[in-house]
Amino acid sequence: MTTLVANRPSADDAVEPRKRRPIKSSYPTWFYIPAGVFYLVLFAVPTFASLYFSLTRWTLFEAEFIGLDNFVQFFSEPMLLRGFTNTFIFGFLTSASKVVLGLLLGVFLTSQLAARGYLRSVVFFPVLVSTIGVGITFKMLMDPFDGVINEALALVGITGPGWLTDPSLALFSIALVDVWKGVGIATLIYIAGIAAIPQEYYEAARVDGANAWHRFWRITVPLVRPATTTVVLLSLIGGLRAFDLIWAMTRGGPGFTSDVIGSVIYKQYQAGFFGLSTAGNVVLFVVVTAIVVPISIWFNRREVER
Amino acid sequence: MRTRALQRNLVGAAAVLVSIVVFLIPFAFIFLTAAKSASEASLLDMSLPSQWLLWENFVQVMQTRDYMLVRAFVNSTVLTVVSVTLMVVMAAMVGYVLQRRSSRWNPLVNVLVLAGLIVPPAVVPTIWVLQTIGLFKTMPGMIFIEATFGLSFCILLFRAFVSTIPRELDEAAIIDGAGPVRLFFQVVLPLLRPVVITVIVVQAVNVFNDFTGPLYFLPGSDNPTVQLTLYNFQSQTMSQWNLLFMNIFLITIPPLVMYIFFNRQIVSGMTSGAVKG
Amino acid sequence: MSMRQRTRKASVVLGAAALVVGMAACSSDGGGGGDGDTVEITFLSQNGEPGATAAQELVDAFNAANEDVVVTLEVQPGGTEGDNLMKTKLATGEMADVFHYNSGSLLQALNPDQNLVDLSDQEWADSLVEDMRTVVSTDNGFYGAPWGTTQAGAIMYNKPIYEELGLEVPTDWASFMANNQAILDSGIAAPIIQTYGDTWTSQLFVLGDFANVAAQDPDWAQEYTAHNRFYVDEPALQGFANQQEAHEAGYFNEDFASALYDDGVRMLATGEGAHYPILTSAIGAVRQNYADNIEDVGVFALPAQDAADTRLTVWLPNAMYIPNTTEGDELEAAKRFIAFALSEEGCRIQTDTLGPSGPFATDACTLPDDAPPTLTEVQAYFDAGQTGPALEFLSPIKGPNLEQLTVEVGSGIRPAADAAALYDQDVEKQAQQLGLEGW
Repeated sequence: MTTLVANRPSADDAVEPRKRRPIKSSYPTWFYIPAGVFYLVLFAVPTFASLYFSLTRWTLFEAEFIGLDNFVQFFSEPMLLRGFTNTFIFGFLTSASKVVLGLLLGVFLTSQLAARGYLRSVVFFPVLVSTIGVGITFKMLMDPFDGVINEALALVGITGPGWLTDPSLALFSIALVDVWKGVGIATLIYIAGIAAIPQEYYEAARVDGANAWHRFWRITVPLVRPATTTVVLLSLIGGLRAFDLIWAMTRGGPGFTSDVIGSVIYKQYQAGFFGLSTAGNVVLFVVVTAIVVPISIWFNRREVER
Repeated sequence: MRTRALQRNLVGAAAVLVSIVVFLIPFAFIFLTAAKSASEASLLDMSLPSQWLLWENFVQVMQTRDYMLVRAFVNSTVLTVVSVTLMVVMAAMVGYVLQRRSSRWNPLVNVLVLAGLIVPPAVVPTIWVLQTIGLFKTMPGMIFIEATFGLSFCILLFRAFVSTIPRELDEAAIIDGAGPVRLFFQVVLPLLRPVVITVIVVQAVNVFNDFTGPLYFLPGSDNPTVQLTLYNFQSQTMSQWNLLFMNIFLITIPPLVMYIFFNRQIVSGMTSGAVKG
Repeated sequence: MSMRQRTRKASVVLGAAALVVGMAACSSDGGGGGDGDTVEITFLSQNGEPGATAAQELVDAFNAANEDVVVTLEVQPGGTEGDNLMKTKLATGEMADVFHYNSGSLLQALNPDQNLVDLSDQEWADSLVEDMRTVVSTDNGFYGAPWGTTQAGAIMYNKPIYEELGLEVPTDWASFMANNQAILDSGIAAPIIQTYGDTWTSQLFVLGDFANVAAQDPDWAQEYTAHNRFYVDEPALQGFANQQEAHEAGYFNEDFASALYDDGVRMLATGEGAHYPILTSAIGAVRQNYADNIEDVGVFALPAQDAADTRLTVWLPNAMYIPNTTEGDELEAAKRFIAFALSEEGCRIQTDTLGPSGPFATDACTLPDDAPPTLTEVQAYFDAGQTGPALEFLSPIKGPNLEQLTVEVGSGIRPAADAAALYDQDVEKQAQQLGLEGW
C-alpha cells in the first residue's frame, strides 16, 4: 500500500485523528435503503409467504395445512439419494473447474499476447447464448451417432461414447457444457480482479528477480482473493442449485441418472405439487446454506486477517 | 526481443486455434442450421446447407406473429438497460458500505445477500405482491423484479472489489471535504470501473436472457421479450429447427454487440491503471 | 461518466423506491374495458405450429365476421411450463377471456368448478360426442368446446416395408413381434423406432396400451382412481413388459437413446424404420417435412396379447374454456367466439390448418373426403367401435415421472416390474394433491 499513498504528502500524521470520524459519517447506513426496500418488498415478503405454503398441500387455488407432511414426502422420494449425490458432484466439479480455468484464462488474457481482444470475446461468447440455445445445440453436437464430436473422434479412429445417453457419463457431459458456458463469467471476474492489482507489486517483484511462476503464486493468487471468493461463492451456489441446463439437455435422464435436487424439485413443481416443491426448496436452501456460509465466513476472515 | 515477439505470436496462434475448436464450432452449427430448409435442418447435422436460405429464414422469423421479435427486442432492451442501471447503483452503494463500515449488522446483511442468491424466487406470492402495488403485467414491475433478483449477485461482487480500493483514498477525499455522496460517486465508483463494467455485462446478459421472469411476471402479447420468441418455433410435436436456430442466432447478436463494446472499456480501464507485461 | 449523470441515477433510484412504497395502497384492476360500441376480448393459446397459426386464423376470421367484438390473440409456451402458467394465471385472476387448454386430467387440475364458466346452455353443447363431453365436464358442470380433432396413440408404420416383405397388419402381440423379427432379418430397416431424446415419446408402449387394458377390465380406470388397481399387476403391467421385451429383442433403432421425435418421423416416413409407437398427430410433421411420403404411412392399434382385446387408444382434443373472471359483455362475446370456432368457418380452419389426426369429437365438424390414409384407418377403428379413451381422460391420476421410467425400461436400465412399482408410488403424490379418497 505504501507505494500508492507515497505521492500524497503527510498521509501518516493525518490519518490518526481522522480514523474514527470517516467510519461514522462517510459510510452512511441509508445507502442500504434503496436496495433494502426492493429486497424487502419483492423478495423477502414473497419468500416468507411461500414458507407457509411449504406446510400445505397447495394447488394454487386452495391450500390445506398438512404440517410437515411435505417434508416427509420429499425425503421419501425414491431418487432423492442419487439426486443429492449428483448435486454435490455437479456443484463441486463445475465450481472447481471454473475457479481454476477462470484464473488461468484470466492471467493468460491479461498478458501480452497476439489476438488478445479476439480471445477475450470468444471466451465470453457462450455466456451470451441463452441456456435453452446452449442446451439444444450441445444435445446435437453430443449426439452419439451423427453428432459433430463423435464424428470428429471417428476421424482419428476413436468410437465416441454416448455423451448424454450413457447413464454413467451424462452428468459429467452436462458439467462440461456448464463449465464451457460459465467459465466466461469467472474469467471476466478474474480479469477485473487482476486489473485491480497495483502494477507496482509486479515491478518490485521483478526487481527482486522473481520469475513468472513466483509472480503468479506470490502476487496474483493472493491478491485476486476477492475475485476468487466471488467466483467460488457464485459458481458453488449456481452449481448446487443448477437445473436449467440439465433440464434442457437430458431432463435428468436417461431415466433419473443425471437428476439433481434442483431438477427433482422442478419436476414436482411442473407436476403441480406446489407445496411439495416449496418444501423441497426449503430443504435445498438449508443444504446450500450449510455448505456456502462456512466457506463464505472462512474467506471473509482470511480477508480481514490480511 | 524478436524471439519474445515470436513466442507471443505462436502462443496467440495456438490459442486462436483451440478457441475455434472449443468455442466457435458450436456457433457455426447454429449459423449453418439457421441457413437451412426445414427438412434439412431437422436432420440436425453439421453440414453446409444445399441451399442458403439465410435471408428467407430471417424474413420469416422477423414476420412471425406480427413482427413479435422486433417488439421483443425493444422490450428486452428497455428492461435490460433500466433494471441493470438500477441494480448496479443500488448494489454498489450496499457493497461499499458493507465493506467499509464494520457494524454488528454486517453478518445479517451478509446472510441476506447470500439468501438472495440461494433462495429461488417464490412465483405466486411475488405476483400477489405485484398485484397489491399495482405493478403486475407492467414494464416497471418487471424492471423492479429483475433489479431485485440481480441485487445479491452485484452486492457480492462490489463488496469483494471495494476491498481492493485503499481506504487511504477515502480518507484523502474526506480531508478535501467530500461528503459521503460525493465520496462514493466521485471517488470510489470511478475506481470500481472494471467491476462496474463486469457487473453490467454479466447482469445485462442475465436479464436479456431471462426466460421464466417475463414468462410469469410480464405475461401478455403486448409485452413479449426475446427469450419467449424461441417458443414460437418449438412445440411438443413439431419443431422448425431452421427458424428456431435463426431466432437463437438473432437474439445472440445484441448481447454480443454490447459485449464487444464493453470489452473495449474493460481493456482501456485496465491499460490506464494496471497490468502490463 | 459525469457527476451530473450519477446524481440523476441516484434520484431515479429513490423515486422508484418511493413509488414501490407509495403504490402499496393501490389495487390492481382486472383489465379489459368494454366501453363504446366494440367489446374487446383476449384469446390465449399455446405456442408452436400449427396451433398458433390456426388460432390466429380463427381470430382473424371472427373479427372479420363480427364488427362489434375485437378479439386479440395471446400466445404462451405449451408443455408443462405452460400448465403452470395457466394455473398461475387462473389463481391470480389474470386469465385471458377465452383460453385453450387440455381436456381430461389436466383440466381437472384447474379446479373447473371454481374457476370456469359453465357452458351447458350453449347451442353447440349437444353436438359433442359422449367421450368428449365427459372430459370437459365435472360432476357439477360442463366447461369446454373441442378445438382440433382426436388422435390415436398407436403404431404408425411404413407401408412400403410391409408390402416389400409381404407382412400383414398384426392384431396380437405375438404376430407383431413376428413381423419385427422378419424386418430385423431382412435388414432393410429398424423394426421399432424409439426416440428417447424427446422423453415423452417413450410412454406410448404404456399409455397407448390402455384401451387394451380397459378391454380386459372395463372398471380398471375407476378402480385405479379408487386406489384398487395397480400398474404392478396385470393387465396394466403388460405395457411396461412389452417395452422391455421389444428392447431385449434388439428391435430398436441403434440411436434410440438420443434420437428425437423429428428423427422418428423421418425414419417412419422414409422407411429407415418400420414401426413407430406415437401419437397420430405425427402425420402433421410428415406432411410438413416429408409431404411426398404421406401415403406411405399407415396406422394400427398397439396390439394386445390376445387379438380380441386389441383396441385403439384415443386422445381427445384440447378445448376452449372461459374463466369466471370474464363477465358481462366480455362473457357474451367470449361465448360467441367459442360458438364461432365450431361453426362451418371454424371447422374449415381446424381441417385446413390444424390438420386432422383422427375424427372430430363433435358432430359440428366433419372430415374432408380427401383425407390421408392414416385418417381413414383411424376412422375404421371408430366405425367398428374398437376404440377406448386414454387413461388420462378416465382418471385424474397421472404421475410426473412416467416418461423417465419408460425411458429406463426401454433402455434396459430398469426391469418392467420395478418401473411399474415405482410408477405406482409416483402417482400417490398426484392423488393426494387432488385430495382423492383412499390414498
